[in-house]
Amino acid sequence: MEEVDVEPVVTNISGIRPGKRMGFAWGPGDILVYETQNKASGPTGSGCAFIHVVRKDEDIYSPILRKLFNESHHIFVGLQTIKDDLPSKSKKPQFVSISRNYRSVIRACMEELQQAAVSANDTDMATQYGNQVSILLAIELIWNLCEVLFIDAAPAGSLLLHLLDWVRLHKSDVDEKAKGVLQSDSPAEHRDYWDVVCAVKTLLDHLFNPCSLNNMFFPDRLQWEISFFAFCVFQVLSYVLQGRLEDTRKMLMKQAMLQPAAKSMYKLMDSLLSKMPFYNPGGTQTLTEFDVKWRNWHEEVDRYLKDNSFASNQHLEVICKILLGDEDVLLEHKELLSTWYYFLITRLLYCHPTVKPTELHYYAQSSMMMFLDSGVPEPLDSILLAAFEFDIHQVIKDCSFGSNLREFLLLEYASGLFTHHSLWQCAVDYFDHCPEFGRVYLELQIERVPLDTERKALKVLRICEERQMSEQVRSICKIMAMRAVRNNRLGSALSWSIRAKDAAFATLISERFLQDYCAKGTFSDLDLIDNLGSTMLLSDRLTFLGKYREFHKLYGEKCFSDAAKLLLSLMTAKIAPQSFWMTLLTDALPLLEQKEVIFSAEQTYELMYCLEELTSSLITAASGSGRPMQEEDVEVTKVEMLRLALARNLASAIVKEGTMQT
Amino acid sequence: MESAKYVSQKVSKARWRPVSSSFLQQPEIFATGSWDNEENKISIWSVGNYENSGLEDGFEGDPQLICENKHDGDVLGLQFLDQERIVTASSTGAVTIFRHHHNSQTISVSQQWVKAHHYPCDNAPCTAVVCSSPEIITVGEDGRIIVLRADQDCMAQVIENADSSTIHAVTYLRTTEILTVNSIGQIKLWDLRQQSNSASQILSLSGDRVPLYCIDRHPNQQHIVATGGQDGMLCMWDVRQGSMPSSLMEAHSAEMWEVHFHPTNPDHLFTCSEDGSLLHWETSSHSDMPSFLQGSRNSSVTSRSAMALAGGNQSLISAWLNGDSSKSRLETTHMLPSQTLSVNSLDVLGQCLVCGTDGEAIFINKQVPV
Repeated sequence: MEEVDVEPVVTNISGIRPGKRMGFAWGPGDILVYETQNKASGPTGSGCAFIHVVRKDEDIYSPILRKLFNESHHIFVGLQTIKDDLPSKSKKPQFVSISRNYRSVIRACMEELQQAAVSANDTDMATQYGNQVSILLAIELIWNLCEVLFIDAAPAGSLLLHLLDWVRLHKSDVDEKAKGVLQSDSPAEHRDYWDVVCAVKTLLDHLFNPCSLNNMFFPDRLQWEISFFAFCVFQVLSYVLQGRLEDTRKMLMKQAMLQPAAKSMYKLMDSLLSKMPFYNPGGTQTLTEFDVKWRNWHEEVDRYLKDNSFASNQHLEVICKILLGDEDVLLEHKELLSTWYYFLITRLLYCHPTVKPTELHYYAQSSMMMFLDSGVPEPLDSILLAAFEFDIHQVIKDCSFGSNLREFLLLEYASGLFTHHSLWQCAVDYFDHCPEFGRVYLELQIERVPLDTERKALKVLRICEERQMSEQVRSICKIMAMRAVRNNRLGSALSWSIRAKDAAFATLISERFLQDYCAKGTFSDLDLIDNLGSTMLLSDRLTFLGKYREFHKLYGEKCFSDAAKLLLSLMTAKIAPQSFWMTLLTDALPLLEQKEVIFSAEQTYELMYCLEELTSSLITAASGSGRPMQEEDVEVTKVEMLRLALARNLASAIVKEGTMQT
Repeated sequence: MESAKYVSQKVSKARWRPVSSSFLQQPEIFATGSWDNEENKISIWSVGNYENSGLEDGFEGDPQLICENKHDGDVLGLQFLDQERIVTASSTGAVTIFRHHHNSQTISVSQQWVKAHHYPCDNAPCTAVVCSSPEIITVGEDGRIIVLRADQDCMAQVIENADSSTIHAVTYLRTTEILTVNSIGQIKLWDLRQQSNSASQILSLSGDRVPLYCIDRHPNQQHIVATGGQDGMLCMWDVRQGSMPSSLMEAHSAEMWEVHFHPTNPDHLFTCSEDGSLLHWETSSHSDMPSFLQGSRNSSVTSRSAMALAGGNQSLISAWLNGDSSKSRLETTHMLPSQTLSVNSLDVLGQCLVCGTDGEAIFINKQVPV
């Protein structure tokens, strides 16, 4: 057995009584589960009459997530169409902007889910929404990282800037709240302010022992000022860790006002912060120049630390150590860093700002080990680590999915969508962009779409016809034609078989029309039969049906000679099935009985020949089957009448043609 | 076109609620119907200003859901009967009148003809509905034409076997005459006063059996009719003249699902299609006026109209009927930013346009240049 990555989740089926056996059947995206009897014990008691549908992926049925599926489908289709007609150089910014589009759609969906979670009355629903939010958060986090590493593929220098943006974007909402407090004139009146204060209390206890707090100078020992100070300390640290130096400086200014005695120290820190060089990817500075500048700055900070410039202020000293990238100090602020990858980025920022993409994996691995200590990495950690290790190419090569990971993933995703009653249409476009197996998948799946209305059948047909899936086209049309026949809608049925160019079925339906005619003596669905046009060439029987109706029309319009010519040609050209010849010959009777001669002598001979051919074959057929005498009598009289009429017509035709020649 | 509003259901129909007064008021309320969902819905939306309603993010243009009700089967047809009542055609064959209660902002079933359309022992989808209060006319896959009256439970008139194939759309020509289109490319004219089972006139493109899916009549010149079908072509017909279309214009690359003349400015026409596009057609009728009515125009237009005059006494024939020969005077504009999944339905009223797609989105444009 292959090893499984994650322990399978056990789903209890609530409708199945404990201790009972279960049977199941696979569906495309779900399984059917039912209670079975134990054969050995025999049929004891009544079985449960329910069949349970167990779905693999419930998320696809969430109305909010459906928007994500639809919007991302839209982006996907757009991406596939721009792919080819662009020079590779201008592709990158396009790809990056498309990747951002994807992420903004995910974010919008996340926000809506968050709102739904808040306003949900039911705690179960709220948890479900909450779970979906956290999944989307993780997706967006991973996506964003992959965007930086693989799509944008930033070189050394800008790489770190992008990574910084990445962690900042995903930093918790504490920042948002702090922004509100900072903008407010009287922070204490701000509601969020107290939230933040509560949140940092634990941290403060850890950072400063009570006596160090007491040692600090406060002009006024009002409670709110102490907490405001604490708030500033917290905020400064979190800003420094994120590399947001401008914000740090603003915050330090506020703090400095509370500690006028330490003013010079604050000033020094402020100047160090303002001097920290940042790489400007658009600027003229080379990476080496930046590196030299940065090293000088680093040494300067180190000097100040070593000569104890900040020794009297623990808080500023901590900041100074952070600026130097002191790993131990960083690790003391695990609560603020919250994740190993945040730690990684901060570490890079203050130790290795010119990190190259290829060196990333080393720092990532060590950061994770340091941060997690002896903790076990979660699946998300492993995924992110794999990304940092630029593992995707390796993954594709090593994958057991075959040659193409992209295709495998697309097929999986599209198959999932296809099981959905509504999203199946989106899946089609995904299959289109799987060159190897997409078509096979689509062919197998599309035949399983239930066709409730013609409208839906037309949409499915369009999908098949656009892709030259003639087998499926035929099958869909046949389903629709069969349904129409069942509902006695021969006209519709014929239209469907004409669309599929299904000659056999068209013959079958034409046969039904002719039977109806023989039974009733009139044609049904004239609007259709009169307008067959060139489509009547699809099958011999259909041609006959159309031509035979044309004969009736000509006859009705009293174009007797044209009608006669047509009637004869139906037999001589073997368009009419022989079983129908008797009817045709009977139709000829009134024409033969007309006062003026319609069939020429030659035509009459041909009619006679047809009649003889028919009677001889009838005799051979009749000898085998014991037909009732009465029926045979009718046939015999008919033949006799025809013979008589033909003979009389031949006589008058010969006379007429003879007189005309002279 | 403003951005998409994703609604988590494929939209099969979208219709504006008629504007009550004769003022140049813009519509604010529209109804949509869904299809292919586990539970289909009819929904009422508003695009009005929500200053007083307390909706925080109700910025203008983004439609807000007012109320919805479940709908048995796919919504295949949807029309406002009046300000409060909406008629739907269902894939189950049912015809339903919903009432939108303005005070409580709820919607409920007020009248229903279950299985109005049916086969002997199966459901037959009702494919389209058209109404002129209190009369409602429905057509279906069963080839029936049914005339119903709101507030009357029995059927006023049924034309059995009106068509041997599926009837896809229906529209009024005059008060007592209707037009239907079917799967074999025919337009049939029915006079409802004659209690007859056969059409009084059949129009079709001879030799061509391209199924027709939609039809609309010119609001002022009642003899002009536009149709669209499987090949995505826009066909203009003059029902007074022969049985052939007056003009054929290439429009879409797949099925055309709906065609609508602008109700008050019929020089504008809108079509939508399975190919995911929504087209705005504009013809300049000015050049068709006799030159003495035209005032000052640029020379090229005048010369063209002079040619039209020279060509006979046709100067007052609508530009729509000139078709190919007047292509230069016909402008088409794509109204959706990109094409993916089918645009199933559209409606235009005043300067407002709404459309619904299989991409489970609704688009609103409140500044249609008409």
